[in-house]
Amino acid sequence: MATTKHTLVALVNDKPGVLNRVVSLFRRRGFNIDSIAVGHSEVQHLSRVTIIVNGTTYTVEQVRKQLDKLIDVVKIFDITSEKNTTRELALVKVKATSATRSEILEIADIFRANIVDVASDTLTIEITGDEDKIESMLKLLKTFGIKEIARTGRVAMVRGTLGAPPPEDKPVRSRVKRENA
Amino acid sequence: MKKTGAQILCESLIAEGVDVMFGFPGGVLLPFYDTLPQYPQIRHILVRHEQGAAHAADGYARATGKVGVCMATSGPGATNLVTGIANAYLDSVPMVAITGQVVREQIGKDAFQEIDITGITLPITKHSYVAMDTAHLAKIVHEAFYIARTGRPGPVLIDIPKDVFTDQAELTVPSRVELPGYKIPSQGHPAQLKNAAKLINEAKKPLIIAGRGVIISGASSALREFAEKAQVPVITTLLGIGCFPENHALSYGMAGMHGTGYANKAMESCDLLIAIGMRFDDRVTGKISAFAPHAKIIHIDLDPAEIGKNVPVDIPIVGDVKPVLISLQKLVENNSRISWLRQLDEWRQQHPMLDIKDGDKLLPQRIIREIYEATNGDAIVVTGVGQHQMWAAQHYFFDKPDTFISSGGLGTMGFGLPAAMGAKVGKPDKTVWCIDGDGSIQMTIQELATLVQDDIAVKIAIMNNGYLGMVRQWQDLFYKKNYVATPLSCPDFVKIAEAYCMAGITVTKREEVRPAIDKAMAHEGPFLVNFMVEPEENVYPMVPPGESNVNFLEQPKKEVSAWQRRSTP
Repeated sequence: MATTKHTLVALVNDKPGVLNRVVSLFRRRGFNIDSIAVGHSEVQHLSRVTIIVNGTTYTVEQVRKQLDKLIDVVKIFDITSEKNTTRELALVKVKATSATRSEILEIADIFRANIVDVASDTLTIEITGDEDKIESMLKLLKTFGIKEIARTGRVAMVRGTLGAPPPEDKPVRSRVKRENA
Repeated sequence: MKKTGAQILCESLIAEGVDVMFGFPGGVLLPFYDTLPQYPQIRHILVRHEQGAAHAADGYARATGKVGVCMATSGPGATNLVTGIANAYLDSVPMVAITGQVVREQIGKDAFQEIDITGITLPITKHSYVAMDTAHLAKIVHEAFYIARTGRPGPVLIDIPKDVFTDQAELTVPSRVELPGYKIPSQGHPAQLKNAAKLINEAKKPLIIAGRGVIISGASSALREFAEKAQVPVITTLLGIGCFPENHALSYGMAGMHGTGYANKAMESCDLLIAIGMRFDDRVTGKISAFAPHAKIIHIDLDPAEIGKNVPVDIPIVGDVKPVLISLQKLVENNSRISWLRQLDEWRQQHPMLDIKDGDKLLPQRIIREIYEATNGDAIVVTGVGQHQMWAAQHYFFDKPDTFISSGGLGTMGFGLPAAMGAKVGKPDKTVWCIDGDGSIQMTIQELATLVQDDIAVKIAIMNNGYLGMVRQWQDLFYKKNYVATPLSCPDFVKIAEAYCMAGITVTKREEVRPAIDKAMAHEGPFLVNFMVEPEENVYPMVPPGESNVNFLEQPKKEVSAWQRRSTP
């Protein structure tokens, strides 16, 4: 089965050790987490975790079910197949001389990025967007010399008024035809 | 009135119905042990090693269905619990493990006997707590017991720093549990139940494979009614033994690596497999691509994460086994399935695998059959792990749930003796036999001292073959008899028993078997029988690892002669 990127969104109790529980389940199943972002949610005492992970639909579904069993995971959805908005924030420190500064400012402007710090030989740019947008800007900035990058990891939200779907009750999976049986 | 953490813990345990706990004290637990005599309702049994405490709590829980409680001090005490906690986790046993911890301000500073036990046990507990505030202790204990015994049961760990025991707080009795992230599926989806019933009604060759989930759910009679109405034959997993009476006409024994040949043949040729409260362990499925190749599969389990984990299923029913079976029983039609059952009986005739070789040799299978007859099949049998475990599963016949207690998922050698101790404490009126191996029992043999000190009348039968028998069997069959690291030089187990002030007897001849068993049972208090059995006897049938279940090896034919099997009514 082909692996694809999955976006999991979990609401978890805001308590010490909870993130450890979530992450260690991925370790046990041998998953490399692409990106993970944690922050407060709209509910007090609940944090929202967005996890991007590569895997087959079957294995990711297994991990989702295992995560759902954790007492501290209040809700978890795989929103991969939903229409959703995904954003990430990056801070990029680029080398900038008097000769290149204006060109860098122009690039930042095209990407609607902000300059958050200016020093004699560097510029720090703050950019928000989906993965493609950030990667494109980084590609252009590379020629000037990137000194440092800090990225937040992606956060995601389902579009429309409904919000994240309720945990699905769709246990049906047709039995795979097995060869050499 | 304010109470100390130690008092709050004791009162919370009593509120949860705890009347016995297995533990071992240590520096950080002293405030608790100092308080314990104020609460004579709690019987504390001092084990000799913390692993014994965890296994005893496990055996207690399986025999009674209640939550088993064990306790250990910080550091090495806590790490010694780990094997027992893992064992309970893999076999879904309700348990609360309480560990002491260093005082709060020393946590994280590598203090004396400090270890991150919640971190260590993260993947082997259903949930865990560090009680950092005495005021929260009562709520934590209440939640821990609730989580341990509900849903799919499992071990819950509570780590309590020393100064939380001594701090004072108001004891507020928690009235209800609020765990929004904890879901317990209950009834099973009605549409799936209908689909399942349709498949069952249409099936020509349906088969039920029942696991420990049936026992946990208390669904034995529901299973029986369902199987009888639809006339579906029943096989079980190792841990499912006892969930369906083995003397029932529809019972075809245990499936899997050391299962009966006819059970494995039935799985191979059935057109519908109804898996109930089991999780398709590799010891049951054999080679997965050849598992039940002609069957559609209905999987009934409480845990949604078990559905489709190892084997794809056609109809999943997520729910508590008992209500699901009761609803399913109403939906299925009466049936007779004469030709299918006749086929199974034919296979049973062709593969009389539970017959025992005749002759004068002291065979472990015969000893277990003798124990079965001496106890009228009414004992609780607890085993270690190895050949003796499989022989006990094959040759003792179990008709009731909670009577066969064995380490399935983890396969923990040394489980037998302490678990038997726990079972006897939980069910003092039942005869409890610990059937163990000479290798297995030596891993926890120190608990003989506990049996004596607390007068726990476990009867122990050691199948002493001078080998790590199961490993030797694999070396015999798959490694050209290259017996490396399996021959054992064993102590004189009767002398060991005597050194612990316990009675024992060694048996070397066939005719001494029954008198020795009778003597053990007549003896008040614990008793050890050391059976010097045939050293190179193998467990048959056996599915070689990685093979399909139908390719089982049988007892070499020329050696077999009849031993009357108990007739099926």
